[in-house]
Amino acid sequence: MRKSLTLFWTFLKIGVFTFGGGYAMVPLIEKEVVGRRRWIDGAEFIDLLTLAQTSPGPLALNTAVFVGYKIARYAGAFWAVMGVVVPSFVIILLIALFFSSFRTNPVVEAVFKGMRPAVVALILAPIFNLSKGLGLWRLLLAAAALAATWALGFSPVYLILVGALGGLAFAYYRKRKGRTI
Amino acid sequence: MIYLQLFLSYLKIGFFGFGGGYAMLSLIQHEVVIRHQWISNAELTDIIAVSQMTPGPISINSATYIGYVVTGSVWGSVVATAAVCLPALTLMILITRFYLALRENVYIKGAMYGMRPMILAMIGLAGMVLFTPDTFSDAASWIVFGVVFLASLRRVDPILLIVLSGAAGYLIYG
Repeated sequence: MRKSLTLFWTFLKIGVFTFGGGYAMVPLIEKEVVGRRRWIDGAEFIDLLTLAQTSPGPLALNTAVFVGYKIARYAGAFWAVMGVVVPSFVIILLIALFFSSFRTNPVVEAVFKGMRPAVVALILAPIFNLSKGLGLWRLLLAAAALAATWALGFSPVYLILVGALGGLAFAYYRKRKGRTI
Repeated sequence: MIYLQLFLSYLKIGFFGFGGGYAMLSLIQHEVVIRHQWISNAELTDIIAVSQMTPGPISINSATYIGYVVTGSVWGSVVATAAVCLPALTLMILITRFYLALRENVYIKGAMYGMRPMILAMIGLAGMVLFTPDTFSDAASWIVFGVVFLASLRRVDPILLIVLSGAAGYLIYG
């Protein structure tokens, strides 16, 4: 119960500050879940981001399920998800009630105008930490995948599929040669 | 009946919402504007704008908002939000169990090894898509971007950075 409460509280904090979609809160999740609570380690965190892409649904939600389940099974997953959902639920419900006056408020607009470039910076910054230990050829692969998706505009879902299949083929190849990854 | 329709529509949106927020938009539009005509296209555009300015993923935000608008009751919000979360919750528990049980398996390791660079590419892509002239309209926005980027690399609390840049926005544009 205590674990579930801590999970709820931690993901509530993450939920409140999830501006600009999933990736902007990657540094925040990392700080809370890896740095502060030590629920998972750095390598596991990258696996978590990868797994979160293979499930439908927002990154925040998938992350909450993974961490919650790992720490306290079903109850943990449930309370972590509640933590992520409750802030956005409450705020949007209030907005649905007072929608028009909220949008045209110049103070609100000014505050959000300041936040938007910050959100972009928070999305891009984790790339540097995540690329550590990746090795040169996988970095080049990441750059090529980025350029291809940007230029051709196909769904990023295919990146995940190609990455998984490529990794499986690589594992098969290494195993036949009697080596590990 | 409207509650059941709402539940089924958002269950569908939740289940096929691979690829994150913007990939989901066409799906949301198809269900709530074209198929059920609960709201207009203009109203959906407004919801997207609000969604960008408020915490929470767009799929959850739209579920909460449309649930309320369609039924005129908080319970509509509850039903739609629960429905959109349910598929992700179920599938992600399965994926997590699978991963925790099999992570030492050589093929699971191989798949993870291959997917990792793709995650970097996807994060880069998400950042690049948001580099709009609207967001980066003046020198101040580039300064905010640069300062937050460097501070984030030095592991300054992201919540603090968001709050400070909001305050900066108020001082500059307010």
